[in-house]
Amino acid sequence: MRWFVEQPLTWLVATLLAYRLGVWLLDRTRLSVAQPVLVAVVLLGAALLVLDVDIATYAEGTAVLTFLLGPATVALAVPLHRQLHRLRGFALPMTVALVLGVLVSVGSAILLVQLLGGSEELARTMAPKATTTPVSLALSAEIGGIPALSAVLTITAGILGAVAGPWVLDRLRVREPRSRGVAIGGVSHGIGTARALAEDPVEGAFSGLSMGLTALLTSLLIPLVVALLL
Amino acid sequence: MRVVHGLTWLLGCQLVGETLAHVSGAPVPGAVLGMVVLLTVLLVRRRDDTSAHAAADAMLPHLQLLFIVPGVGVVAYGSVIAADWLPIVVALVASWGLGLAAVGLSAQALTRWTQRRDSGGGAA
Repeated sequence: MRWFVEQPLTWLVATLLAYRLGVWLLDRTRLSVAQPVLVAVVLLGAALLVLDVDIATYAEGTAVLTFLLGPATVALAVPLHRQLHRLRGFALPMTVALVLGVLVSVGSAILLVQLLGGSEELARTMAPKATTTPVSLALSAEIGGIPALSAVLTITAGILGAVAGPWVLDRLRVREPRSRGVAIGGVSHGIGTARALAEDPVEGAFSGLSMGLTALLTSLLIPLVVALLL
Repeated sequence: MRVVHGLTWLLGCQLVGETLAHVSGAPVPGAVLGMVVLLTVLLVRRRDDTSAHAAADAMLPHLQLLFIVPGVGVVAYGSVIAADWLPIVVALVASWGLGLAAVGLSAQALTRWTQRRDSGGGAA
């Protein structure tokens, strides 16, 4: 039994099965909280805790999936290419909205952590959470946060977007599909983009674009915001 | 076979992107630059049925699968989060929501404003 749960292949198969179960559950229930990524993370996380399996064993078994994140990010150029004609008249609104969004994301993260009694280190760790994970890790190190914890917060922000992003945008009456996509990609990077692609091709394409631009803009603006607020 | 050809395109663009990131020291991941490289290739080739399209159409519907592994990593940090949960959870959720609202509402309002300005300019 111990051999079986510590064998890397077990966890690759378990991840694929948990994903299938998540997809099935979403099809069955149509509940937006039943996002496959969330269902699988909860099931696999519980399994690792109950079976007392080290996260390193899990990471080793699933390395092939981690590797595929690179080419999948590149592949986001394809939906973008198909929707590129919709960029006409939207480049300026998108750029202004994303600059504003980066300032709000970084500024509110720092101020709220301090307001709620968190340490300055936690504020610096929270600041880059809206960017895609590799950028968040690098920026966190640059501004004096804890990179590994920034990655965790970043992924959680992504899952929030996959689960609740479209619902919140409905409540705010943001209906224009390009604006919805840019909003989701701007705060929930690739994980939000995965949901946006499933919702609507225009939303998905602009979410992928927004993820890239947000990474770039946050890299440029975060030292300024941190210097102003901390 | 088309998907394998397409995967070669994707990985090739990623390699170019990683190299650009490494050489320039740009604070953007190589894969994101690879997305820009592939977009440039698609714009130059002016076709919408390349093998890269086939590979993207095979992969992207399952993008959520690829984020399960980093998500499970969150479990390892349960104790750190539990120790400081109030500022972490509340600040994360609230700041995420504020960012989403800021981008979504401003993008939509600016789009409407530019459309009105462009169509209104001719009528007036």
